[in-house]
Formats: sequence, structure tokens, C-alpha cells
Amino acid sequence: MGFLIETAIAGLMSGVLYALIALGFVLIYKASGVFNFAQGAMVLFAALAMARLQEHMPWPLAFLLAFAIMVVLAWLVERLVLRHLVNQEGVTLLMATLGVAYFLEGLGQMVWGDDIYPIDLGLPKQPTLVLDKLIPGGILVSNEDLIAAGSAAALVALLTLFFQKSGVGRALRAVADDHQAAQSIGIPLSRMWVIVWSIAGLVALVTGMIWGSKLGVQFSLSLIALKGLPVVILGGLTSVPGAIVGGLIVGLGEKLAEVYLGPMLGGGIESWFAYLLALTVLLIRPQGLFGERIIDRV
Amino acid sequence: MSALLEAVPSPADAPLAPPPAPVGPPVLQLDDIHLRFGGIKALQEVRFDVQPGEIRAIIGPNGAGKSSLLNVINGVYQPQQGSIAFDGQALGQMRPALAARLGIARTFQNLALFSGMSVLDNIMAGRNLHMRCGLLAQALRLGPALREEMAHRLVVERIIDFLEIQAWRKVPVGRLPYGLQKRVDLGRALAMEPKLLLLDEPMAGMNLEEKEDMSRFILEAREEFGTTIVLIEHDMGVVMDLSDRVVVLDYGRQIADGTPDAVRADPDVIRAYLGSATQEG
Repeated sequence: MGFLIETAIAGLMSGVLYALIALGFVLIYKASGVFNFAQGAMVLFAALAMARLQEHMPWPLAFLLAFAIMVVLAWLVERLVLRHLVNQEGVTLLMATLGVAYFLEGLGQMVWGDDIYPIDLGLPKQPTLVLDKLIPGGILVSNEDLIAAGSAAALVALLTLFFQKSGVGRALRAVADDHQAAQSIGIPLSRMWVIVWSIAGLVALVTGMIWGSKLGVQFSLSLIALKGLPVVILGGLTSVPGAIVGGLIVGLGEKLAEVYLGPMLGGGIESWFAYLLALTVLLIRPQGLFGERIIDRV
Repeated sequence: MSALLEAVPSPADAPLAPPPAPVGPPVLQLDDIHLRFGGIKALQEVRFDVQPGEIRAIIGPNGAGKSSLLNVINGVYQPQQGSIAFDGQALGQMRPALAARLGIARTFQNLALFSGMSVLDNIMAGRNLHMRCGLLAQALRLGPALREEMAHRLVVERIIDFLEIQAWRKVPVGRLPYGLQKRVDLGRALAMEPKLLLLDEPMAGMNLEEKEDMSRFILEAREEFGTTIVLIEHDMGVVMDLSDRVVVLDYGRQIADGTPDAVRADPDVIRAYLGSATQEG
């Protein structure tokens, strides 16, 4: 029993991180109708920036500086890439973000180095033993994971509030729905894009920071974005709650599958379980669990 | 092709005489507009003005350049030659963002609503340029931001009442029937409190009842909000009843400009419409 709960908690913790990556995808997709392939590269770039800056200053300062760098990056992406592609097909924009992804991976390693760098947030490493009266042996919970999950949840709550309740959030949703109409009511497309890419940069930074503090910052960080893909398929590309729930389901599912089905199937389930799950959802509910219903009038 | 047949003037259904256009500084003045796409001349020597409080129609057969002209006024297209003056101020290059800031609102022929958002949010989005409070204040729902939101909400509610769409306030517009979506489109434009409202075929694809409703809303919008309106329409019958003055385009050229009665009787206009009718029929 204790072991099951511990496995579940570990799964949910990595689920929170998957949810964060998926959130990066969903934010940009919702606000500009672009599937941002560069999200993984942004995570790597932000984490690298933070790790290298942290060598010279306390981490909160490094965090703020790294965020500022991500804002500048958002501005550059708008200026140099998106601005020229207003009113273009989604596929064109998708290809553009693919280009941005490769560029960022290269630039990140050129500027910040291509070694493995630690991020130290000074979080307590010792786990806490809880529920030891209820369950024999008790349950070990990692404090570090708890704090990480808590801050991720706070970030998500803040972003949801921002998107649903603020005028800028409404303008962002308007831009996502129709560029031309948004322009006609005086929503400045370029500024909105800078805002949303900055927010995605912030999400990337937080993801990279948490992940990096656990495993170190290295190139493979850009590949964890691939774990975000099954999550957005599961949760729906347009839904913030979907990204969160999807992330938790994938995290929980793959850990439980690894532990309980692994021995039967020869192990290694964790690496493909999420994709299988996503494939199943695609077959049954192509818009994802929380996505907008697809209505095609023929 | 009933729209084209209606275009043939018949004295029997002549409309009531519209009020004469007021004389004053025009809201909009187009002078000698030329627009080309590669070798295609979309607009040539177009020149007309729009007076304050006027309902000005632009009509013409298919492909006459009506939508291009609207897009020139709105800044989507930049003409190669000619000048635009808005509110007495000469403008070199019009851009969509500038047009919106100057107070030019528009609706779309093929609806361009924010279909995932509710009716309320769509119309609220039209208030975008009137929003003053900062990002953070809005996100955290601070006092001034909340007060501002409520003030805008009042304006929007007035428009919702005006368009008689109270019952659908919270419904995502994607689920509304076409006629109602057209009203929301108009509502969003009205929410900008525009000095000039551009309507791109407001009656396209509507049935008779919906057309009558829309005509009423357009006339009342002018009365209630004092908006100057430029509208493009295919359906000549509707235009003649609604507008004070009419510009007629054919193959990108302006072939007539005057009161509906004068335009109706113009031999060039008759030829343009009948000519295209014989070609199509």
C-alpha cells in the first residue's frame, strides 16, 4: 500500500513537470494559433541561461535575469520571424517555429556552453516521512518535489486568472481566433505576440529550472518537450486545464505502468507509455479530453 | 440572380426621399485612388467623400472592386496612387492598426468572429482600444481595473440590448446561427464607438426577415450612436432604401455617385448591371 502511494506521488510529481511543458505549448497555441515546436529549445535555453548566471549571483537574481533574456528573445522572435508571417497558414508558422527551435539549440550551447550545469535552488533534499501511523512503514515524500509542484501550481493558477479575467487575456484569445478581426478592432498583433512568447518563456524557464535542479541542465532537456506532445494530445491543444490534467495522467500512468506492468512486459514501459496513451485518445477523441469540439460543416 | 433584377430601376418602388447629405468637412475623403495587384487594376480613379452622419453605399457587380475599396479605407491594402483624408487629416499610408486607432471599425463579409469566445467577450474585445489599466492590475483585479471593466461592461450591455441578443450573452458565438453571428459582428464594431463604420455586405446570405432586422439595426445605429456608415452591398434593393448616397463601381472604375434615385436612373449603371446580368445569365 505504502509503495503504491509512493509510486503514485512520484508519478504525479513528474506529471506536474509534463503539465508545465504542455502549458507552454497550449499558451502559444491558444494565443496565436501556432504550434510552437521551439518550446523544448526554449526550456533548454532558459535553463542554460539560469544555470550559467547562477555561477555569478544568487539564484533569484539569476532567475530574474534569465526571464529578462527570455523577454528579449520573445521580442526578437516577433520582430524577425512572426511579424513577416501575419495571416499565413498554420503550417507556415509551424515550420517557422521549427527553425526557431534549431536556432535556439545552437545559439544556447554556443553562448552558454554545452556541458552539464547544476542549478541549486537551496531546496531541502531530505524526504519527509508522512502517514507513518496509518500505514506500516509510512510514506516518503520528497520536499524538493513538493515545493516544485507547489510553485508550478501557483504559476498555473496565476496564468489561468490572467487569461480568463484580464482584458489582455481576452485580447490574446481574440488574436488566437482571428488575426484579421483582431487587427480590425485595434489589437496590436505584434505586442500581443511578444507578451505571449514572454509568458511561454517564463513557463519554459520555470520548467527548465525545476527539471535542471533535479537532473542538471544539459542538452537532453530540450528533448523532454517531446513528453509534452502526448500530454497536449491527451488534454487538448486549446485547454489549460487539459494540459494540467493530461500531464498528471501521463506522469501517474507511466510510473504505475512501469512498476506494475513492467516486470510482465520486460520493462522500459515508461519511455513509450505516454505515446500509447495519446494514440488511444486520438482514436477515440481526436480533440483531446478537454479540447474544443471539432465541428465541421460540410 | 434576383439581386441583379432588382437593380433595374422601376418607378413603382422608388424609396422615400432620404435626407440630403449635410454639407461640412467630410469624415472621409478619397481622392484619385489607384490600386493594382500585379497587372490587375483593381481600382482606378476612385474619388468620393463621406459626410458626417451619412449612410454611404458602395455597390457594383461581382468583382467590381468593392471589397478592395473597403480594404483601402481600412488600411489592409495600400493604394499605389491617390490620397485618403480622415476627419480632415490627410493620411499618407493607412494601416489596419492606425485605422482602428483613428476610429474606423469594420465588419466582415465572411464572418471573422472570435468563435471560441462568448458573445459578451466578443463585444468586450471591441472595447480593447478604450482599455486603460495595466496588465498586472487587470490580472490581479485591482480596484481601478475592476471599475474600468464595469464601465466597459455597461457600454457593451447597452449594445447587446440594442441588438436584441440578450439571451445569447454567454453562448460561444460559434454555436449561434448565421444571422445572429452577423449581429455580434456589428456589435463588436459598435463597441469601438467608431467615427466611421465599414460594413462589408452586412446582408450577405440572409433571408428576408434577417435582412429587414439588419437594415433596422443599421438605421438605428446611426440614430442611437450617431455613427457614420459606409456599406458595401450586393443587394441593390436594400441599399436603395438604406443609403443617403451611393457610389457605383464597375471593373474598378467609379461609374456613378449620387442619390439612390439619381444612380438608379443613370444609364451607365443600368448598362453595368444589365450587362453583367446577361453575361451571367
